[in-house]
Amino acid sequence: MSQQDVMLVAEVEGGTISDSTMELMGAARHLAERTGGDVLAAILGTDGSSHAMRLAGADRILIVDDPLLAGYAPQPFLEALEAIVDRERPRVVVFASSTLGLDLAPSLAAKLQAPCIGNCRAFAIDQNSFKATCSFCAGKLMVEAETEASPTLVNVLPGAFHPAEQDGRGTVESVPVALGAGAICFEEMLPADAGDIDITQQDVLVSVGRGIQQEDNMEVAEELAEALEGALCASRPIVDQGWLPATRQVGKSGMIVKPRLYLALGISGAPEHVEGMAGAELTIAVNTDPEAPIFETADFGIELDVMDFVPELTEALKRKKVAH
Amino acid sequence: MKIVVVLRQVPDLIEPLETNANETALNYEEAGFLVNESDEHALEQALLMAEAGAAEVAVVAFDFGDVETTLFAAAAKGVERIVTIAWDDSDPPLADVATVMLAETLKSLEPDCVLIGCQAHDELEGALGAKLAVALDMPYLGVVRGVECSQDDNVLSAFKEFPGAAKARFSVRLPAVLGILAADQPPRYVPVSRIRAAMKSAQFDEAEAEPIASRTAVRVNRIFLPDKGDGATMLEGSEQEVAEQIADILIEKGVLT
Repeated sequence: MSQQDVMLVAEVEGGTISDSTMELMGAARHLAERTGGDVLAAILGTDGSSHAMRLAGADRILIVDDPLLAGYAPQPFLEALEAIVDRERPRVVVFASSTLGLDLAPSLAAKLQAPCIGNCRAFAIDQNSFKATCSFCAGKLMVEAETEASPTLVNVLPGAFHPAEQDGRGTVESVPVALGAGAICFEEMLPADAGDIDITQQDVLVSVGRGIQQEDNMEVAEELAEALEGALCASRPIVDQGWLPATRQVGKSGMIVKPRLYLALGISGAPEHVEGMAGAELTIAVNTDPEAPIFETADFGIELDVMDFVPELTEALKRKKVAH
Repeated sequence: MKIVVVLRQVPDLIEPLETNANETALNYEEAGFLVNESDEHALEQALLMAEAGAAEVAVVAFDFGDVETTLFAAAAKGVERIVTIAWDDSDPPLADVATVMLAETLKSLEPDCVLIGCQAHDELEGALGAKLAVALDMPYLGVVRGVECSQDDNVLSAFKEFPGAAKARFSVRLPAVLGILAADQPPRYVPVSRIRAAMKSAQFDEAEAEPIASRTAVRVNRIFLPDKGDGATMLEGSEQEVAEQIADILIEKGVLT
Protein backbone atom coordinates (compact mmCIF):
# COMPACT_ATOMS: atom_id res chain seq x y z
CA MET A 1 0.00 0.00 0.00
CA SER A 2 1.31 3.40 -0.99
CA GLN A 3 -0.30 6.76 -1.43
CA GLN A 4 1.44 6.89 -4.81
CA ASP A 5 -0.41 3.81 -6.11
CA VAL A 6 -2.78 4.10 -9.04
CA MET A 7 -5.90 1.95 -9.10
CA LEU A 8 -8.01 0.97 -12.08
CA VAL A 9 -11.55 -0.34 -11.88
CA ALA A 10 -11.86 -3.29 -14.25
CA GLU A 11 -15.04 -4.05 -16.15
CA VAL A 12 -16.29 -7.32 -17.59
CA GLU A 13 -18.20 -7.33 -20.88
CA GLY A 14 -19.58 -10.50 -22.38
CA GLY A 15 -17.76 -12.62 -19.84
CA THR A 16 -14.33 -11.15 -20.44
CA ILE A 17 -12.33 -8.14 -19.30
CA SER A 18 -13.29 -5.22 -21.55
CA ASP A 19 -10.91 -3.59 -24.02
CA SER A 20 -11.41 -0.28 -22.21
CA THR A 21 -10.07 -1.92 -19.04
CA MET A 22 -6.82 -2.71 -20.86
CA GLU A 23 -6.60 0.95 -21.86
CA LEU A 24 -7.12 1.85 -18.20
CA MET A 25 -4.20 -0.45 -17.45
CA GLY A 26 -2.13 1.63 -19.89
CA ALA A 27 -3.28 4.86 -18.22
CA ALA A 28 -2.60 3.52 -14.73
CA ARG A 29 0.87 2.29 -15.71
CA HIS A 30 1.65 5.67 -17.29
CA LEU A 31 0.82 7.37 -13.98
CA ALA A 32 2.43 4.80 -11.68
CA GLU A 33 5.73 5.05 -13.56
CA ARG A 34 5.77 8.72 -12.64
CA THR A 35 4.64 8.38 -9.02
CA GLY A 36 6.78 5.34 -8.27
CA GLY A 37 3.73 3.49 -6.95
CA ASP A 38 2.09 0.23 -7.91
CA VAL A 39 -0.76 -0.37 -10.35
CA LEU A 40 -3.73 -1.89 -8.55
CA ALA A 41 -6.57 -3.52 -10.50
CA ALA A 42 -9.92 -3.84 -8.71
CA ILE A 43 -12.29 -6.45 -10.08
CA LEU A 44 -15.79 -6.86 -8.69
CA GLY A 45 -17.98 -9.85 -9.50
CA THR A 46 -18.57 -13.43 -8.54
CA ASP A 47 -15.48 -15.06 -10.02
CA GLY A 48 -12.76 -12.44 -10.13
CA SER A 49 -9.91 -14.94 -10.14
CA SER A 50 -10.98 -16.19 -13.57
CA HIS A 51 -10.02 -12.74 -14.95
CA ALA A 52 -6.73 -12.45 -13.08
CA MET A 53 -4.61 -13.60 -16.02
CA ARG A 54 -5.88 -10.78 -18.24
CA LEU A 55 -5.21 -8.28 -15.46
CA ALA A 56 -1.71 -9.57 -14.75
CA GLY A 57 -0.19 -6.33 -16.06
CA ALA A 58 -1.15 -4.83 -12.71
CA ASP A 59 1.17 -5.20 -9.72
CA ARG A 60 -1.70 -6.24 -7.49
CA ILE A 61 -5.12 -7.57 -8.46
CA LEU A 62 -7.73 -6.93 -5.81
CA ILE A 63 -10.77 -9.17 -6.05
CA VAL A 64 -14.14 -8.74 -4.38
CA ASP A 65 -16.36 -11.76 -5.02
CA ASP A 66 -19.93 -11.63 -3.81
CA PRO A 67 -23.28 -12.86 -5.18
CA LEU A 68 -24.53 -9.26 -4.93
CA LEU A 69 -21.95 -8.32 -7.57
CA ALA A 70 -23.28 -10.81 -10.16
CA GLY A 71 -24.82 -7.94 -12.14
CA TYR A 72 -24.27 -4.22 -11.76
CA ALA A 73 -26.01 -2.70 -8.76
CA PRO A 74 -25.00 0.72 -7.47
CA GLN A 75 -24.87 0.14 -3.73
CA PRO A 76 -22.79 -3.05 -3.51
CA PHE A 77 -20.43 -1.83 -6.24
CA LEU A 78 -19.91 1.48 -4.43
CA GLU A 79 -19.48 -0.23 -1.06
CA ALA A 80 -16.87 -2.58 -2.49
CA LEU A 81 -14.92 0.21 -4.16
CA GLU A 82 -15.15 2.44 -1.10
CA ALA A 83 -13.71 -0.37 1.03
CA ILE A 84 -10.82 -0.95 -1.38
CA VAL A 85 -10.00 2.76 -1.65
CA ASP A 86 -10.22 3.11 2.12
CA ARG A 87 -7.81 0.18 2.54
CA GLU A 88 -5.33 1.04 -0.21
CA ARG A 89 -5.42 4.85 -0.27
CA PRO A 90 -4.42 5.14 -3.95
CA ARG A 91 -3.39 8.53 -5.34
CA VAL A 92 -5.56 8.21 -8.46
CA VAL A 93 -8.46 5.89 -9.36
CA VAL A 94 -9.15 5.48 -13.08
CA PHE A 95 -12.53 4.43 -14.47
CA ALA A 96 -13.65 3.91 -18.06
CA SER A 97 -16.04 6.44 -19.59
CA SER A 98 -18.52 3.59 -19.78
CA THR A 99 -22.10 3.05 -18.70
CA LEU A 100 -20.77 1.82 -15.34
CA GLY A 101 -17.79 4.16 -14.99
CA LEU A 102 -19.92 7.23 -15.62
CA ASP A 103 -22.10 6.24 -12.64
CA LEU A 104 -19.42 4.95 -10.31
CA ALA A 105 -16.69 7.60 -10.55
CA PRO A 106 -18.79 10.64 -9.57
CA SER A 107 -20.82 8.64 -7.03
CA LEU A 108 -17.72 7.33 -5.28
CA ALA A 109 -16.06 10.73 -5.48
CA ALA A 110 -19.05 12.31 -3.77
CA LYS A 111 -19.04 9.66 -1.05
CA LEU A 112 -15.31 10.13 -0.46
CA GLN A 113 -15.56 13.92 -0.85
CA ALA A 114 -12.83 13.55 -3.43
CA PRO A 115 -12.47 15.32 -6.78
CA CYS A 116 -13.76 13.71 -9.95
CA ILE A 117 -12.62 14.70 -13.44
CA GLY A 118 -14.42 13.42 -16.54
CA ASN A 119 -13.62 12.93 -20.25
CA CYS A 120 -9.86 12.66 -19.66
CA ARG A 121 -7.52 12.23 -22.61
CA ALA A 122 -4.08 12.75 -21.03
CA PHE A 123 -2.44 13.00 -17.62
CA ALA A 124 0.58 14.57 -15.99
CA ILE A 125 1.54 13.91 -12.40
CA ASP A 126 4.31 14.75 -9.94
CA GLN A 127 4.69 14.49 -6.19
CA ASN A 128 2.32 17.36 -5.53
CA SER A 129 -0.18 17.72 -8.30
CA PHE A 130 -2.20 15.79 -10.83
CA LYS A 131 -3.18 17.35 -14.15
CA ALA A 132 -5.75 15.99 -16.58
CA THR A 133 -6.43 17.18 -20.11
CA CYS A 134 -10.10 16.69 -20.81
CA SER A 135 -12.49 16.93 -23.71
CA PHE A 136 -15.05 19.70 -23.08
CA CYS A 137 -18.17 20.86 -24.90
CA ALA A 138 -18.39 17.68 -26.99
CA GLY A 139 -14.77 17.89 -28.02
CA LYS A 140 -14.92 21.45 -29.34
CA LEU A 141 -12.62 22.57 -26.55
CA MET A 142 -10.06 21.03 -24.23
CA VAL A 143 -9.56 21.77 -20.54
CA GLU A 144 -6.43 21.34 -18.48
CA ALA A 145 -7.63 20.68 -14.92
CA GLU A 146 -5.39 20.33 -11.88
CA THR A 147 -5.79 19.10 -8.33
CA GLU A 148 -3.57 18.38 -5.35
CA ALA A 149 -6.19 16.20 -3.65
CA SER A 150 -5.78 12.49 -3.11
CA PRO A 151 -7.45 10.32 -4.15
CA THR A 152 -8.59 11.83 -7.43
CA LEU A 153 -11.12 9.85 -9.46
CA VAL A 154 -11.14 10.14 -13.23
CA ASN A 155 -13.07 8.85 -16.23
CA VAL A 156 -10.76 8.07 -19.14
CA LEU A 157 -11.99 8.45 -22.71
CA PRO A 158 -11.62 5.42 -24.94
CA GLY A 159 -8.57 5.47 -27.19
CA ALA A 160 -6.73 7.96 -24.98
CA PHE A 161 -4.17 5.38 -23.86
CA HIS A 162 -2.73 2.32 -25.55
CA PRO A 163 -3.79 -0.94 -23.97
CA ALA A 164 -1.13 -2.23 -21.59
CA GLU A 165 0.70 -5.47 -22.17
CA GLN A 166 -0.92 -8.40 -20.42
CA ASP A 167 2.28 -9.98 -19.18
CA GLY A 168 3.24 -9.31 -15.61
CA ARG A 169 3.37 -10.87 -12.24
CA GLY A 170 0.45 -9.28 -10.52
CA THR A 171 -0.30 -10.84 -7.19
CA VAL A 172 -3.90 -11.78 -6.58
CA GLU A 173 -5.57 -10.77 -3.33
CA SER A 174 -9.10 -11.32 -2.12
CA VAL A 175 -10.65 -8.35 -0.34
CA PRO A 176 -13.34 -9.29 2.16
CA VAL A 177 -16.17 -6.73 2.24
CA ALA A 178 -19.66 -6.94 3.76
CA LEU A 179 -22.10 -5.67 1.13
CA GLY A 180 -25.76 -4.67 1.13
CA ALA A 181 -28.15 -5.11 -1.81
CA GLY A 182 -29.43 -1.53 -1.86
CA ALA A 183 -32.57 -0.07 -3.40
CA ILE A 184 -31.58 -0.50 -7.05
CA CYS A 185 -31.26 -4.10 -8.19
CA PHE A 186 -30.26 -5.64 -11.50
CA GLU A 187 -33.12 -7.74 -12.86
CA GLU A 188 -32.32 -8.81 -16.42
CA MET A 189 -30.24 -8.00 -19.49
CA LEU A 190 -32.28 -7.22 -22.60
CA PRO A 191 -30.27 -7.81 -25.77
CA ALA A 192 -30.69 -5.59 -28.82
CA ASP A 193 -33.81 -6.22 -30.86
CA ALA A 194 -33.17 -8.91 -33.44
CA GLY A 195 -34.39 -8.61 -37.02
CA ASP A 196 -32.61 -5.46 -38.09
CA ILE A 197 -29.45 -5.55 -40.20
CA ASP A 198 -26.15 -5.89 -38.36
CA ILE A 199 -24.25 -2.68 -39.05
CA THR A 200 -21.07 -4.18 -37.59
CA GLN A 201 -20.93 -6.48 -40.63
CA GLN A 202 -21.39 -3.79 -43.31
CA ASP A 203 -18.56 -2.66 -45.60
CA VAL A 204 -20.13 0.71 -46.30
CA LEU A 205 -21.98 2.82 -43.77
CA VAL A 206 -23.72 6.13 -44.35
CA SER A 207 -24.12 7.67 -40.94
CA VAL A 208 -26.37 10.61 -40.14
CA GLY A 209 -26.24 13.07 -37.28
CA ARG A 210 -28.04 16.12 -36.07
CA GLY A 211 -27.07 18.01 -39.24
CA ILE A 212 -29.69 16.04 -41.16
CA GLN A 213 -32.12 18.39 -39.36
CA GLN A 214 -35.42 16.58 -39.85
CA GLU A 215 -36.82 13.10 -40.32
CA ASP A 216 -37.99 13.75 -43.87
CA ASN A 217 -34.37 14.35 -44.87
CA MET A 218 -33.40 10.79 -43.92
CA GLU A 219 -34.59 9.72 -47.36
CA VAL A 220 -31.73 11.60 -49.01
CA ALA A 221 -29.21 9.67 -46.88
CA GLU A 222 -31.00 6.40 -47.61
CA GLU A 223 -30.66 7.01 -51.34
CA LEU A 224 -26.93 7.61 -50.92
CA ALA A 225 -26.60 4.38 -48.90
CA GLU A 226 -28.40 2.52 -51.70
CA ALA A 227 -26.11 4.00 -54.34
CA LEU A 228 -23.12 2.80 -52.32
CA GLU A 229 -24.75 -0.58 -51.62
CA GLY A 230 -24.29 0.19 -47.96
CA ALA A 231 -26.45 0.65 -44.88
CA LEU A 232 -27.74 3.60 -42.95
CA CYS A 233 -26.71 4.21 -39.35
CA ALA A 234 -26.63 7.21 -37.04
CA SER A 235 -25.26 9.04 -34.05
CA ARG A 236 -27.19 8.98 -30.79
CA PRO A 237 -29.44 12.08 -31.25
CA ILE A 238 -31.01 10.50 -34.33
CA VAL A 239 -31.80 7.31 -32.42
CA ASP A 240 -33.12 9.34 -29.48
CA GLN A 241 -35.50 11.01 -31.93
CA GLY A 242 -36.73 7.59 -32.98
CA TRP A 243 -35.70 8.08 -36.61
CA LEU A 244 -33.62 4.88 -36.60
CA PRO A 245 -33.65 1.92 -34.19
CA ALA A 246 -31.03 1.55 -31.46
CA THR A 247 -29.40 -1.26 -33.46
CA ARG A 248 -28.26 1.40 -35.97
CA GLN A 249 -26.56 3.60 -33.37
CA VAL A 250 -22.79 3.96 -33.67
CA GLY A 251 -20.83 4.91 -30.58
CA LYS A 252 -19.95 4.12 -27.02
CA SER A 253 -23.39 2.89 -26.10
CA GLY A 254 -24.26 1.65 -29.56
CA MET A 255 -22.29 -0.42 -32.02
CA ILE A 256 -18.55 -0.46 -32.67
CA VAL A 257 -18.14 -0.55 -36.45
CA LYS A 258 -15.11 -1.05 -38.69
CA PRO A 259 -16.38 -0.59 -42.27
CA ARG A 260 -14.25 0.05 -45.34
CA LEU A 261 -16.09 3.36 -45.80
CA TYR A 262 -17.77 5.51 -43.15
CA LEU A 263 -19.56 8.54 -44.55
CA ALA A 264 -20.46 10.86 -41.68
CA LEU A 265 -23.23 13.29 -42.61
CA GLY A 266 -23.86 16.19 -40.24
CA ILE A 267 -22.10 14.45 -37.35
CA SER A 268 -20.08 16.70 -35.04
CA GLY A 269 -17.79 13.92 -33.83
CA ALA A 270 -18.28 13.85 -30.07
CA PRO A 271 -15.86 11.43 -28.37
CA GLU A 272 -18.70 8.99 -27.62
CA HIS A 273 -19.44 8.70 -31.34
CA VAL A 274 -15.84 8.55 -32.50
CA GLU A 275 -15.29 5.61 -30.16
CA GLY A 276 -17.69 3.62 -32.28
CA MET A 277 -16.24 4.38 -35.72
CA ALA A 278 -12.55 5.06 -35.20
CA GLY A 279 -11.72 1.69 -36.76
CA ALA A 280 -13.17 2.60 -40.18
CA GLU A 281 -10.65 2.24 -43.02
CA LEU A 282 -11.79 5.39 -44.79
CA THR A 283 -13.84 8.16 -43.22
CA ILE A 284 -15.40 11.03 -45.15
CA ALA A 285 -17.15 13.72 -43.13
CA VAL A 286 -19.60 16.37 -44.29
CA ASN A 287 -20.37 19.22 -41.92
CA THR A 288 -20.98 22.95 -42.22
CA ASP A 289 -18.96 23.64 -39.06
CA PRO A 290 -15.24 23.81 -39.89
CA GLU A 291 -14.45 23.35 -36.18
CA ALA A 292 -16.43 20.09 -35.93
CA PRO A 293 -14.22 17.50 -34.18
CA ILE A 294 -15.18 14.89 -36.78
CA PHE A 295 -12.70 16.58 -39.14
CA GLU A 296 -9.87 15.51 -36.81
CA THR A 297 -10.85 11.86 -37.26
CA ALA A 298 -11.86 11.87 -40.91
CA ASP A 299 -9.55 11.20 -43.86
CA PHE A 300 -11.47 13.61 -46.08
CA GLY A 301 -13.57 16.55 -44.98
CA ILE A 302 -16.23 18.54 -46.80
CA GLU A 303 -17.50 21.83 -45.44
CA LEU A 304 -20.87 21.88 -47.16
CA ASP A 305 -24.52 21.56 -46.21
CA VAL A 306 -25.54 17.92 -46.12
CA MET A 307 -28.83 18.55 -47.88
CA ASP A 308 -27.15 20.45 -50.72
CA PHE A 309 -24.26 18.05 -51.13
CA VAL A 310 -25.66 14.54 -50.67
CA PRO A 311 -28.05 14.52 -53.66
CA GLU A 312 -25.15 15.66 -55.87
CA LEU A 313 -22.95 12.89 -54.50
CA THR A 314 -25.65 10.27 -55.08
CA GLU A 315 -26.02 11.37 -58.69
CA ALA A 316 -22.24 11.45 -59.22
CA LEU A 317 -21.92 7.92 -57.84
CA LYS A 318 -24.68 6.63 -60.10
CA ARG A 319 -23.00 8.20 -63.15
CA LYS A 320 -19.57 6.82 -62.25
CA LYS A 321 -20.97 3.35 -61.61
CA VAL A 322 -22.49 3.27 -65.07
CA ALA A 323 -19.29 4.56 -66.66
CA HIS A 324 -16.89 2.47 -64.58
CA MET B 1 -45.56 9.95 -6.75
CA LYS B 2 -43.80 13.27 -6.85
CA ILE B 3 -41.18 13.66 -9.56
CA VAL B 4 -38.82 16.61 -9.68
CA VAL B 5 -36.79 17.25 -12.82
CA VAL B 6 -33.60 19.31 -12.86
CA LEU B 7 -33.23 21.47 -15.97
CA ARG B 8 -29.85 23.01 -16.77
CA GLN B 9 -28.75 25.58 -19.30
CA VAL B 10 -25.70 24.73 -21.40
CA PRO B 11 -23.80 26.69 -24.04
CA ASP B 12 -25.20 26.31 -27.53
CA LEU B 13 -22.45 24.58 -29.49
CA ILE B 14 -23.77 25.89 -32.79
CA GLU B 15 -22.44 29.31 -31.83
CA PRO B 16 -18.69 30.04 -31.57
CA LEU B 17 -17.32 29.45 -28.06
CA GLU B 18 -15.02 32.05 -26.57
CA THR B 19 -12.92 31.89 -23.43
CA ASN B 20 -12.28 34.61 -20.89
CA ALA B 21 -9.10 36.69 -21.04
CA ASN B 22 -7.23 34.24 -18.79
CA GLU B 23 -8.40 31.26 -20.85
CA THR B 24 -9.61 29.59 -17.65
CA ALA B 25 -13.35 29.60 -18.32
CA LEU B 26 -15.84 30.02 -21.11
CA ASN B 27 -16.93 33.57 -21.76
CA TYR B 28 -20.55 32.91 -20.85
CA GLU B 29 -21.56 36.50 -21.49
CA GLU B 30 -20.99 35.89 -25.20
CA ALA B 31 -22.49 32.40 -25.30
CA GLY B 32 -25.93 31.38 -26.47
CA PHE B 33 -27.81 28.96 -24.24
CA LEU B 34 -30.25 26.12 -24.55
CA VAL B 35 -31.65 23.47 -22.27
CA ASN B 36 -29.32 20.54 -21.68
CA GLU B 37 -30.43 17.84 -24.08
CA SER B 38 -30.56 14.93 -21.66
CA ASP B 39 -32.37 17.12 -19.09
CA GLU B 40 -35.01 17.72 -21.74
CA HIS B 41 -35.31 13.96 -22.10
CA ALA B 42 -35.60 13.71 -18.31
CA LEU B 43 -38.55 16.09 -18.45
CA GLU B 44 -40.16 14.07 -21.22
CA GLN B 45 -39.73 10.89 -19.20
CA ALA B 46 -41.37 12.55 -16.19
CA LEU B 47 -44.31 13.71 -18.28
CA LEU B 48 -44.76 10.20 -19.69
CA MET B 49 -44.81 8.84 -16.15
CA ALA B 50 -47.39 11.45 -15.16
CA GLU B 51 -49.56 10.53 -18.12
CA ALA B 52 -49.41 6.92 -17.01
CA GLY B 53 -51.30 8.22 -14.02
CA ALA B 54 -48.57 7.84 -11.54
CA ALA B 55 -46.97 11.18 -10.94
CA GLU B 56 -47.06 14.91 -10.49
CA VAL B 57 -44.15 16.77 -12.04
CA ALA B 58 -42.18 19.77 -10.83
CA VAL B 59 -39.00 21.25 -12.29
CA VAL B 60 -36.08 23.04 -10.67
CA ALA B 61 -33.62 25.27 -12.49
CA PHE B 62 -31.04 27.90 -11.76
CA ASP B 63 -32.11 31.35 -12.94
CA PHE B 64 -29.35 31.43 -15.51
CA GLY B 65 -28.91 31.69 -19.27
CA ASP B 66 -32.08 31.48 -21.29
CA VAL B 67 -33.91 29.64 -18.53
CA GLU B 68 -37.23 31.47 -18.91
CA THR B 69 -37.70 30.09 -22.41
CA THR B 70 -37.01 26.61 -21.09
CA LEU B 71 -39.36 26.99 -18.14
CA PHE B 72 -42.24 28.46 -20.13
CA ALA B 73 -41.90 25.54 -22.54
CA ALA B 74 -41.99 23.18 -19.56
CA ALA B 75 -45.12 24.88 -18.25
CA ALA B 76 -46.71 24.58 -21.69
CA LYS B 77 -45.95 20.88 -21.64
CA GLY B 78 -47.92 20.48 -18.43
CA VAL B 79 -45.42 20.82 -15.59
CA GLU B 80 -47.37 21.62 -12.45
CA ARG B 81 -44.75 23.46 -10.43
CA ILE B 82 -41.67 25.44 -11.42
CA VAL B 83 -39.02 26.39 -8.89
CA THR B 84 -36.11 28.68 -9.73
CA ILE B 85 -32.92 29.12 -7.78
CA ALA B 86 -31.62 32.69 -7.83
CA TRP B 87 -28.25 33.03 -9.55
CA ASP B 88 -26.82 36.44 -10.43
CA ASP B 89 -23.37 35.50 -11.73
CA SER B 90 -22.74 35.50 -15.47
CA ASP B 91 -20.97 32.12 -15.10
CA PRO B 92 -23.02 29.06 -14.11
CA PRO B 93 -22.51 27.59 -10.63
CA LEU B 94 -19.57 25.21 -10.29
CA ALA B 95 -20.45 21.58 -9.69
CA ASP B 96 -20.05 21.59 -5.92
CA VAL B 97 -22.11 24.77 -5.53
CA ALA B 98 -24.82 23.46 -7.85
CA THR B 99 -24.93 20.21 -5.88
CA VAL B 100 -25.42 21.90 -2.52
CA MET B 101 -27.99 24.44 -3.74
CA LEU B 102 -29.98 21.92 -5.75
CA ALA B 103 -29.92 19.38 -2.93
CA GLU B 104 -31.24 21.95 -0.48
CA THR B 105 -34.02 22.89 -2.88
CA LEU B 106 -34.89 19.31 -3.73
CA LYS B 107 -35.10 18.35 -0.07
CA SER B 108 -37.70 21.05 0.45
CA LEU B 109 -39.77 19.59 -2.39
CA GLU B 110 -39.70 16.08 -0.87
CA PRO B 111 -39.48 14.20 -4.18
CA ASP B 112 -40.00 10.48 -4.55
CA CYS B 113 -37.96 10.51 -7.72
CA VAL B 114 -35.46 13.02 -9.10
CA LEU B 115 -34.83 12.91 -12.85
CA ILE B 116 -31.83 14.70 -14.36
CA GLY B 117 -29.87 14.29 -17.57
CA CYS B 118 -27.01 11.87 -17.08
CA GLN B 119 -24.59 14.24 -18.78
CA ALA B 120 -24.07 17.83 -19.85
CA HIS B 121 -21.47 18.90 -22.36
CA ASP B 122 -20.01 21.58 -20.05
CA GLU B 123 -19.73 19.19 -17.12
CA LEU B 124 -16.09 18.78 -16.06
CA GLU B 125 -16.42 16.99 -12.73
CA GLY B 126 -18.65 14.05 -13.63
CA ALA B 127 -22.40 13.50 -13.53
CA LEU B 128 -24.19 16.04 -11.35
CA GLY B 129 -27.00 13.55 -10.75
CA ALA B 130 -24.62 11.13 -9.04
CA LYS B 131 -23.43 13.84 -6.68
CA LEU B 132 -26.97 15.02 -5.99
CA ALA B 133 -27.93 11.48 -5.06
CA VAL B 134 -25.19 11.31 -2.44
CA ALA B 135 -26.18 14.73 -1.08
CA LEU B 136 -29.82 13.59 -0.89
CA ASP B 137 -28.85 10.19 0.55
CA MET B 138 -30.63 8.48 -2.34
CA PRO B 139 -29.35 5.78 -4.70
CA TYR B 140 -28.39 6.74 -8.25
CA LEU B 141 -28.70 4.97 -11.57
CA GLY B 142 -27.47 6.78 -14.67
CA VAL B 143 -27.36 6.29 -18.46
CA VAL B 144 -31.05 5.38 -18.25
CA ARG B 145 -33.04 5.00 -21.45
CA GLY B 146 -36.64 4.59 -20.36
CA VAL B 147 -38.57 4.16 -17.11
CA GLU B 148 -41.71 2.13 -16.37
CA CYS B 149 -44.01 2.60 -13.41
CA SER B 150 -45.31 -0.46 -11.59
CA GLN B 151 -48.36 -1.42 -9.53
CA ASP B 152 -46.34 -0.56 -6.47
CA ASP B 153 -46.01 3.23 -6.22
CA ASN B 154 -42.68 2.82 -4.49
CA VAL B 155 -41.01 0.77 -7.20
CA LEU B 156 -40.02 1.62 -10.79
CA SER B 157 -38.29 -0.26 -13.56
CA ALA B 158 -35.43 1.69 -15.11
CA PHE B 159 -33.63 0.59 -18.26
CA LYS B 160 -29.91 1.30 -18.28
CA GLU B 161 -28.07 1.36 -21.58
CA PHE B 162 -25.21 -1.04 -22.24
CA PRO B 163 -22.90 -1.44 -25.25
CA GLY B 164 -24.21 -3.16 -28.35
CA ALA B 165 -27.66 -1.53 -28.12
CA ALA B 166 -28.42 -3.73 -25.12
CA LYS B 167 -30.33 -2.56 -22.07
CA ALA B 168 -30.59 -3.91 -18.55
CA ARG B 169 -33.73 -3.67 -16.45
CA PHE B 170 -33.28 -2.55 -12.86
CA SER B 171 -35.89 -2.41 -10.12
CA VAL B 172 -35.67 0.91 -8.33
CA ARG B 173 -37.15 1.29 -4.86
CA LEU B 174 -37.93 4.96 -4.30
CA PRO B 175 -36.78 7.51 -3.42
CA ALA B 176 -34.02 7.59 -6.01
CA VAL B 177 -32.20 9.79 -8.50
CA LEU B 178 -32.19 8.64 -12.12
CA GLY B 179 -29.74 10.03 -14.67
CA ILE B 180 -31.62 10.00 -17.96
CA LEU B 181 -29.88 9.58 -21.30
CA ALA B 182 -33.06 9.39 -23.37
CA ALA B 183 -36.77 9.16 -22.65
CA ASP B 184 -39.04 6.45 -23.99
CA GLN B 185 -40.00 8.87 -26.74
CA PRO B 186 -38.43 12.06 -28.14
CA PRO B 187 -39.20 15.30 -26.27
CA ARG B 188 -42.64 16.45 -27.35
CA TYR B 189 -43.23 19.43 -29.58
CA VAL B 190 -45.14 22.22 -27.96
CA PRO B 191 -46.87 24.83 -30.14
CA VAL B 192 -45.73 28.42 -29.82
CA SER B 193 -49.29 29.45 -28.96
CA ARG B 194 -49.21 27.27 -25.86
CA ILE B 195 -45.83 28.68 -24.83
CA ARG B 196 -47.23 32.19 -25.23
CA ALA B 197 -50.18 31.23 -23.07
CA ALA B 198 -47.82 29.80 -20.47
CA MET B 199 -45.86 33.06 -20.48
CA LYS B 200 -49.01 34.83 -19.33
CA SER B 201 -50.11 32.34 -16.72
CA ALA B 202 -47.11 30.36 -15.43
CA GLN B 203 -45.89 31.15 -11.93
CA PHE B 204 -42.32 30.52 -10.81
CA ASP B 205 -41.58 29.87 -7.15
CA GLU B 206 -38.19 31.03 -5.95
CA ALA B 207 -36.21 28.60 -3.83
CA GLU B 208 -34.63 29.73 -0.59
CA ALA B 209 -31.21 28.23 -1.33
CA GLU B 210 -28.48 30.80 -0.81
CA PRO B 211 -25.33 30.92 -2.94
CA ILE B 212 -22.28 29.39 -1.29
CA ALA B 213 -18.58 29.68 -2.04
CA SER B 214 -17.08 26.87 -4.10
CA ARG B 215 -14.71 24.54 -2.30
CA THR B 216 -13.87 22.43 -5.32
CA ALA B 217 -10.42 20.85 -5.32
CA VAL B 218 -10.31 20.97 -9.12
CA ARG B 219 -9.10 24.14 -10.79
CA VAL B 220 -9.04 24.90 -14.46
CA ASN B 221 -5.62 26.03 -15.63
CA ARG B 222 -6.52 26.50 -19.26
CA ILE B 223 -9.30 26.06 -21.80
CA PHE B 224 -8.09 25.78 -25.37
CA LEU B 225 -8.91 24.56 -28.84
CA PRO B 226 -7.93 20.95 -29.44
CA ASP B 227 -4.79 20.20 -31.39
CA LYS B 228 -5.96 19.65 -34.93
CA GLY B 229 -3.15 17.25 -35.72
CA ASP B 230 -3.04 16.27 -39.36
CA GLY B 231 -6.82 16.17 -39.55
CA ALA B 232 -8.83 15.57 -42.68
CA THR B 233 -7.85 16.54 -46.18
CA MET B 234 -10.47 19.17 -46.91
CA LEU B 235 -12.04 18.99 -50.36
CA GLU B 236 -13.10 22.29 -51.81
CA GLY B 237 -15.29 23.43 -54.65
CA SER B 238 -18.97 23.45 -55.53
CA GLU B 239 -21.27 20.61 -54.46
CA GLN B 240 -20.93 19.05 -57.92
CA GLU B 241 -17.15 19.37 -58.01
CA VAL B 242 -16.67 17.84 -54.57
CA ALA B 243 -19.11 15.05 -55.40
CA GLU B 244 -17.01 14.15 -58.45
CA GLN B 245 -13.85 14.14 -56.33
CA ILE B 246 -15.44 11.82 -53.76
CA ALA B 247 -16.69 9.45 -56.44
CA ASP B 248 -13.17 9.27 -57.90
CA ILE B 249 -11.67 8.61 -54.47
CA LEU B 250 -14.14 5.79 -53.85
CA ILE B 251 -13.28 4.21 -57.21
CA GLU B 252 -9.56 4.55 -56.49
CA LYS B 253 -9.99 2.93 -53.08
CA GLY B 254 -12.06 0.13 -54.57
CA VAL B 255 -15.18 1.01 -52.56
CA LEU B 256 -17.22 1.91 -55.63
CA THR B 257 -17.14 -0.84 -58.24
